[in-house]
Amino acid sequence: MSLELSGLINAIHEGLTGAIEAQWLVSLIEYVLVGAGLLALYALIALFLIIFERKICAWFQCRLGPNRVGPWGIFQVFADMLKIMFKEIIPLKHNDKLLFYAGPCIVVIGSFLTFGGLQFAEGVHGVDLNIGVFYLLAVSSISIVGVMLAGWSSNNKYALIGAMRSGAQVISFELSACLSMMAVVILGGSMNLSTLMEKQEDLWFIFQAPVPMLIAMVIYLIAAHAETNRGPFDLPEAESELTAGYHVEYSGMTFGYFYVAEYCNLFINAAIGALVFLGGWQAFHIPGCDGFNAVMDMCPSYVWFFLKCLFFIFMSLWVRWSFPRLRIDQLLHLEWKIMLPFSLFNILLVAVWVIIF
Amino acid sequence: MEVKNLKVKSMHDVVFNDNEYLEKYVDELRQGGVNVAVGCLDDIINWGRSHSVWPLTFATACCGIEFMCVGAARADFARFGWEVTRNSPRQSDVVFVAGTIVNKMAPVLKRLYDQMAEPKYVIAVGGCAISGGPFKNSYNVVKGVNEVIPVDVFVPGCPPRPNAMLYGMMQMERKIKIEHYFGLPKKPAITPEEKVWAEKIAKEQEAYKAEKK
Amino acid sequence: MEDINKKLAKAAPGKAVSEGTQYPTVELEPAELRGVAQALKDAGFDYLISLTGMDYGDAFGTIYHIASTDDPANVVVLKTKTTDRENPMLYSIMDIYESANLYEREVYDFFGIKFIGHNDLRRIFLRPDWNGFPFRKDDKSENSTPTRNITAEEMEEMPQITIGEDGKIKQSSKMLFGKNEYVVNFGPQHPATHGVLHLRVSLDGEIVKKIDPNFGYIHRGIEKMAESLTYPQVLPYTDRLDYLSGAINRHAFCLCVEKAAGIEVPMRAQIVRCIFDELTRVASHLLGWGCMAMDMGAITAFVYGMRDREKIMDIFEESAGGRLMPAYAVIGGLSQDIHPNFKNRVTEYIAYQRKMLKEHHILFTGNPIATGRMHKNGYLTKEKAIALGTGGPTGRASGWSCDVRKIEPYSAYKEIEFNEIIRNKDTKTGDTFDRYIIRLDEIEESLNIIEKLLVKLDDTKEGDFKAKVPAIIKLPAGDYFQRVENARGEFDVFISSDGNKNPYRVKFRSPCMTLISALDPICKDGKIADMIMIGASLDYVIPCADR
Repeated sequence: MSLELSGLINAIHEGLTGAIEAQWLVSLIEYVLVGAGLLALYALIALFLIIFERKICAWFQCRLGPNRVGPWGIFQVFADMLKIMFKEIIPLKHNDKLLFYAGPCIVVIGSFLTFGGLQFAEGVHGVDLNIGVFYLLAVSSISIVGVMLAGWSSNNKYALIGAMRSGAQVISFELSACLSMMAVVILGGSMNLSTLMEKQEDLWFIFQAPVPMLIAMVIYLIAAHAETNRGPFDLPEAESELTAGYHVEYSGMTFGYFYVAEYCNLFINAAIGALVFLGGWQAFHIPGCDGFNAVMDMCPSYVWFFLKCLFFIFMSLWVRWSFPRLRIDQLLHLEWKIMLPFSLFNILLVAVWVIIF
Repeated sequence: MEVKNLKVKSMHDVVFNDNEYLEKYVDELRQGGVNVAVGCLDDIINWGRSHSVWPLTFATACCGIEFMCVGAARADFARFGWEVTRNSPRQSDVVFVAGTIVNKMAPVLKRLYDQMAEPKYVIAVGGCAISGGPFKNSYNVVKGVNEVIPVDVFVPGCPPRPNAMLYGMMQMERKIKIEHYFGLPKKPAITPEEKVWAEKIAKEQEAYKAEKK
Repeated sequence: MEDINKKLAKAAPGKAVSEGTQYPTVELEPAELRGVAQALKDAGFDYLISLTGMDYGDAFGTIYHIASTDDPANVVVLKTKTTDRENPMLYSIMDIYESANLYEREVYDFFGIKFIGHNDLRRIFLRPDWNGFPFRKDDKSENSTPTRNITAEEMEEMPQITIGEDGKIKQSSKMLFGKNEYVVNFGPQHPATHGVLHLRVSLDGEIVKKIDPNFGYIHRGIEKMAESLTYPQVLPYTDRLDYLSGAINRHAFCLCVEKAAGIEVPMRAQIVRCIFDELTRVASHLLGWGCMAMDMGAITAFVYGMRDREKIMDIFEESAGGRLMPAYAVIGGLSQDIHPNFKNRVTEYIAYQRKMLKEHHILFTGNPIATGRMHKNGYLTKEKAIALGTGGPTGRASGWSCDVRKIEPYSAYKEIEFNEIIRNKDTKTGDTFDRYIIRLDEIEESLNIIEKLLVKLDDTKEGDFKAKVPAIIKLPAGDYFQRVENARGEFDVFISSDGNKNPYRVKFRSPCMTLISALDPICKDGKIADMIMIGASLDYVIPCADR
């Protein structure tokens, strides 16, 4: 019996087509199911990451972390979720109501849209666009609009400074993230994620072209980390400077949206990194070693995928809890004067690499 | 006497569970009687609320250092899920008034409290916040923060040890657990105290304006 | 000593230099003050230690303690007074000594003495709508708990008193910020102001243009309360001034009273007090280090600092009973003898902390982001530090040798050899990194000091921890001044006694107030993030500044 999810999905599809005549109805039901599934996944991942971070952070800081609610405190996040859902949402005077409430929604929508383009396991994905990589990059940066709106409409000086910082930061680092993706696209020869997955079946990209891909991966990780607004790049919400930055005026569930989106963005960035550099859901294969490859294949593809994601997320948390924050000019210096030239050079390098090897 | 069906994990101490104030509070709440369905929902929500109380990072004096100790490695209030300290009053659930409140600070504290989202709680930490403490005779010190904002839990000490603060937090947890979420806020929208305050503020503003002219 | 007397006599010709007082003192007419102050400054007395307001009953006066930084044990005292109780006025010396700015505002706030030539006579601690001047002996004005928030206008309006060309006194006022400035409030409730400091910052984008520190959100009137308490009763309040160096402040007050009453403290008590001082200093620097890291965004470092600090708290608890405030020193010695386990615990701790210090250096000092932010940022020159009176680690990072333990050794510091940690002795300019690293270096030096003191402790007799002290302590009439070095800088106690069991006037010279006054000159034209970091590197404690 296979542990893969694609079998289950095919079975559902066949069952539905067998039971219902009208093709449009089948499609509709499937869309709804996929949507509901992704939504559930979105929430679960956010909840998991919150407790994961709190535990990891406690571990770094010689503490215990949440341990009273449920075994090892695993239900802590459910308590938080319940609490924040029933918390008052404070309406503000003298601000732009529409934009104020649109802000958190756009942030969540931006990160949720990305889930449609991700590949979670073999044959488990929302849409397989032929410009998948482009789509992921485009959609994941919608969130910044929400952040800017939130900061602008809060009628608060801290929020405004935070939003402006966030704008400068995300727009800058988006460049590096995209350019490092370009390197992958040149190597893979396609923007379609499925094609990229196929190309990585024998060997992950990071091993196919170690030098340029390693550079690309490091640049991508830094840029992606900066886009999530987490330390050492947490200037937009810089706790010790701007108290809470752009979401300083949000309470209750409106704040909860920012909170959830922050963690989902963490996952999304890790997932994109895993997909394009570490072979996504592909098992670790060494060309020629069939026995070893067979053993590796025993593990279902989604386990591979989530393990790789966890690896990246752990790296991200590690950085976050050990490094102090950058200053805004140092941040922009890092991007425009160091990372951007490097990624441009890397594109050249990968092109040469592709021609030679 | 113990209040029934009100347990806080690992707190079996008789003294901890013997709390006259809570008994009275429960009696008061039960007088009206409660719908079973609503009661169950209350319990679930209260479970969530009592385990996730995010403090505001607010400290004025010595007690603030002990408050930091509660957050640091040895006492670690993260165990109870309280470690998400928020710097914005909008996102926090409880304010630890750690330290002396003086006349210049009192309106600021009041404003902070007003900025917090309901349901919100106040823990007065240390002698100064409870009654003015050692500074009771000073010309500039507010004699207890309950002159300014309503207080839920008092933690005595000068400054209280981190253990004492944790104890106060657990009592707070119990208080949250017996409340009726759907009955909140139990107090009228404007309490008589607040009314006095509002009048006082208006009067002072007018006096100030008149003086300016 | 005679040398100073000569210098003082030269600066104040025709004035009698007092005999028999702790420091050479000269009493001046108000009009002579500025001339003498200028002459003193030209003669090398460039450091205004403290400025104390006094209510003599029939007159108001001020007392100036001025020291020379070249030969720092030289302290001279100037006194002046005015008999006009209705509208007391004295001359400002803020253009001669920059640190006088805040001190004179403080005297104005407490006594209502107006300083002619001072350009910013706002109330510093009390609300602008406060009635009366609380430190006047005849002040009966009543104030109820206010409910109105102070408006921005009230905070910005700076009254001034000047003398016009015709010799008449003019009152005017000026606004601090222009109409179009983007002013952001940092505090009173802000995670990075280390308490309830209120910084009003004028910004141009991310660039800080002007900082106006607002004090008084934790002004508890300790000095006034002390006037109605007996000397032993004042002790607990000294702990609560600067709670991070509580033991040192308490030590200072004890020393001052002991000096005045002529009490000989046993050696054992002196040594233990100094060990406690140094432990407090280590604890304070650990917290300061952690808070600085936290303000720069590294929360883990903060928790590590607190973790190590807990070990010191354990030592305190075992011997003294108190945790944050050990409340160990009392007038005449210690409240009880040390715990038998004390020496082992401290020795163990020293070894532990030395190991951990290496870890701290790896975690934060070697971090490229941290050093990148701290290096070449937030310069403070030696001249500015002296002018503002910002001593302590901050001053020493700028090359100013200002360690009171060396200048005027007190207690057991006389007995041992130790190094004063100074950086940039040649360049005379310290940046944020110097102010950061000097704290970690001082921890190391403090551990060395404790080790030496522990050796000395063996020579003393067990149980000999307190001298005989009369049940009611009365100090002979006169002024007493005691300087000590606390974790932030020079902490001084000034007691004026009229022979009763209560002090007539107590003044604590807070190092933190001068540190805060350094914020504006250092941070100007830096970024917001720099301002927060520099504030943390100065490591001020607000209740100490506000008192």
